[in-house]
Amino acid sequence: MSLTVPHPLSPEMRQLTLRDLAWLTGSFLLVITPHMLRAPWWLTVLTLCLYGWRIYYTLNRVALPSRWLVVAVAFVGLFGVWLEYRTLFGRQPGIILLVLFSGLKMLESRTHRDGAVAAFLGYFLIITNFLYTQSIPTALVMCVGVFVITATLIGFSAPNRSLRLNLRTTGMLLAHAAPAALVLFVLFPRVQGPLWGLPQDAYSAMSGLSETMSPGNLSQLALSDAIAFRAQFDGEPPLPPLRYWRGPVLWDFDGRTWSAGMSTLVRFEEKAVTGPAYRYSVVLEPHNHHWLFALETAASLPERSRMTFDHQILATAPVRNRLRYDVVSVITPALEADEQRTSLSRALRLPQGFNKRALALGQEWRAAGGSDAEILARGLAFMRQGKLTYTLEPPLLGADSVDEFLFDTKAGFCEHFSSAFTFLMRAAGIPARVVTGYQGGDLNPFDLIVTVRQSDAHAWTEVYLRGRGWVRVDPTAAAMPRRVDLGLARALPQTSALPLMLRPQMEWLRGMRYQWEAMAHKWNVWVLGYSPERQRDLMISLGMRDADWQKLSALLFAFLGLMTIALLLWSLRRLARPDPVQRAWVAFCRKLARQGVVREPHEGPRDYSSRAARSLPAARRSILRIAALYIRLRYGERQSRPGTARLQRLVRQLRLN
Amino acid sequence: MIGALLDRHPRVANYIYGFTPPEVGTVVLVHRRVYIVPAQLGWLFAITLAILLIGSINYALSLGFALTFLLAGMGLAGMAHTARNLARMAISVGRVEPVFAGETAQFRLYLDARSSFDRPAILARHMASRAQLVVDVPAGGITEVVLPVPAMQRGWMPLGRVMLETRFPLGIFRSWSYVEPQLRCLVYPRPERSPLPPPSAESARGALRSPMPGNDDYSGLRTYQLSDSPRHVAWKAVARSDEMLTKQFTGEAAAELWLDWARLAPSFGTEQKLSRLAGWVLAAERSGVTYGLRLPGVEIAPGRGELQLAACLQALALYGTEK
Repeated sequence: MSLTVPHPLSPEMRQLTLRDLAWLTGSFLLVITPHMLRAPWWLTVLTLCLYGWRIYYTLNRVALPSRWLVVAVAFVGLFGVWLEYRTLFGRQPGIILLVLFSGLKMLESRTHRDGAVAAFLGYFLIITNFLYTQSIPTALVMCVGVFVITATLIGFSAPNRSLRLNLRTTGMLLAHAAPAALVLFVLFPRVQGPLWGLPQDAYSAMSGLSETMSPGNLSQLALSDAIAFRAQFDGEPPLPPLRYWRGPVLWDFDGRTWSAGMSTLVRFEEKAVTGPAYRYSVVLEPHNHHWLFALETAASLPERSRMTFDHQILATAPVRNRLRYDVVSVITPALEADEQRTSLSRALRLPQGFNKRALALGQEWRAAGGSDAEILARGLAFMRQGKLTYTLEPPLLGADSVDEFLFDTKAGFCEHFSSAFTFLMRAAGIPARVVTGYQGGDLNPFDLIVTVRQSDAHAWTEVYLRGRGWVRVDPTAAAMPRRVDLGLARALPQTSALPLMLRPQMEWLRGMRYQWEAMAHKWNVWVLGYSPERQRDLMISLGMRDADWQKLSALLFAFLGLMTIALLLWSLRRLARPDPVQRAWVAFCRKLARQGVVREPHEGPRDYSSRAARSLPAARRSILRIAALYIRLRYGERQSRPGTARLQRLVRQLRLN
Repeated sequence: MIGALLDRHPRVANYIYGFTPPEVGTVVLVHRRVYIVPAQLGWLFAITLAILLIGSINYALSLGFALTFLLAGMGLAGMAHTARNLARMAISVGRVEPVFAGETAQFRLYLDARSSFDRPAILARHMASRAQLVVDVPAGGITEVVLPVPAMQRGWMPLGRVMLETRFPLGIFRSWSYVEPQLRCLVYPRPERSPLPPPSAESARGALRSPMPGNDDYSGLRTYQLSDSPRHVAWKAVARSDEMLTKQFTGEAAAELWLDWARLAPSFGTEQKLSRLAGWVLAAERSGVTYGLRLPGVEIAPGRGELQLAACLQALALYGTEK
């Protein structure tokens, strides 16, 4: 069969040229650069050497290394990766191996076919970048990557064509692909992943709050500029001092670390909204834990979430992708039913033998008498007057962390304040617990979205007052009111190691950043957050009530069919109509042919017309006139509009019978 | 397999291919005649897309979906681009010089882009001989394709079916079309090297003036005629005057050599006889004698020069092939 005969341009036959290799190398470099920043240095060097090695072979026109050598290099690489990670599986080692394979594939690529497979590997490497970040800059760089890889493929199939033409074809091809890509993106029936278990380290890079709090870990988090979530309010957002975003609630203290301990789920009862209420939607960055953040106090429960007895909102699955949910919160919550006795005794428990001075202080307040509210006021006054300083770089604390903070170092971050205050309250016999979450957040003046960063992480205290229930008390705010009024940046001395963007001097930079973040938010919501739910919502808003996957597929195929037809019409459209003179001549020949005078292929107009004139003497004159005019228009002077019109008229008026 | 089946049923093949060979004049590859299927690389591309899609679903990568769908759209667009690379191209034929059997005929085809875009990487393959080459047709331009086809048998050799194929731009689709233009090459019999036969009695009769034909005695000059061999041009005389002059030889003017089929040994086969005669015709032309050819049913009057040579060789080539 003809298929089996190799031809000089067939992918199996054509050898890669230096130009092909240069393009392939460029493509690879573009798509693996982000990985190189994460990969061990030796692997980057090895991969680059493999590219260089391959090009060296072509430059010097020597045969490629034997398969065995390639296999040997592969094993060396595998062993190196194993040494580095102690495993070959998982996300990071897997991607590192792919980067290495790009070099190996390049080394063993001889023909166009090998090169094309390597280019397909390049497309795959693009997608591995998205496992780390799907930001707008990444998307832009990877768009360039797609363009370059596609240009490489086109270069493979047209090796002699000029670069300019090949690049134009690439652009045209991608432009033609865009409508189909858009339709597929919107209509392709989305399934909720994952299809199978993901590697253990798939989410290791996510930062955020944890289930425990010990001195130093919130202040570490506060150094991070990363976004925790964004909230978009219907109407005015609350003022910064009211923005307490509730997260994990910590009950159990071992003298140093607070932990969440056991928690139970309760049935959520919609509360009657009294006082000002806020409706807003949150776009939460993945943090690999269950909890969802909401303003205190949530009056509704987002979809697919439950509430615990201590008012944490937990998603049914760990948040591993950007998640959007709607909540309503109220500022003045309704009174609650009495807390259970077991919970209250848990909120009074203190570890034995730690923090003796603080314990004594608390017991002294209790002994002095007065109601719980009075003791609470005394405690807050103590925090305010204790000459405590607020710092992102707290001194290291020993075993009696509360004592050392309150009486010796007197410098700490919010975890120190809340930990110490909760301890004091428990010592004084008032049930208390630590609540972690975020406080404040930046209001973007461009799109009125509140952006909450990891640097807004905060910890405060809740105390149980008989008759009033759990009441929020923020000891940090008591000692350092600027923290909640103006945010972290203004509460700290200017010299602190504050994230760059939080520094007040950077006002103009912040303006630019607000604009950028407004765009990034739209990107997150509309592109990255296009989930099965969003797809359903969009279909409903377009009038498709029950868009199941069958209907979506039908719609999708209809659109794709239309698009294919449009493309084929484009490719097969009449490219050049014959000019009017030629068309008139063809019509003339057809008229004569109907009378039996068919033009022979070798006959020119002169011979043909004189033959026709002989066989059809009645029309002799007009035939010769037409032929003469045609010859003049076609071969003589330049075509003139009146001449063409006359030819058309003569042909039209020619009567042969 | 299908190809073999179609070869046996030409009418079905004509219907499927959309034309009746041979095609006279300029052939335009209308879309009806342009076929397209995924190439081997296309399947690899499809597998890549499937992996990308599964990865995107598994890790819920929105940009992964975007990439996968962009590449899928590109595959679709690539199909149209590949078909466009052939569609509406016009193929016309050039001339073919006659060759001797055993030599290679050079069939000339002209690919006319008839488009404002170029048509790169087009393979032209002669189906019967597998002769092939790859050309780029520039935008609005015409590219010549010379297909070297070995000539095996004397007589008319038609070009036969030619496939035009392209995989441009992505290599993931293969588009092709068949043409079978009206173009044939005259193949002379394979000449056999052999000394010229002695002139027969009959040819001696016509040489009364010269008892020793072939003596090649110089007898004078005459004006040059197109059929004269360049070796007989009196170059020295030409250099003196501006006129082209030819040296005349007494023997030559008189010698008439009849190359006669009937004088060959009856034990020779037809082809062998034709080969021998072809060798003689060539030798006679080289030595400058006037020669005629006699075949059963065909007689070519004595003469000399290119035209005589061509006429004789054509008679030998077509002997027995046409009524």
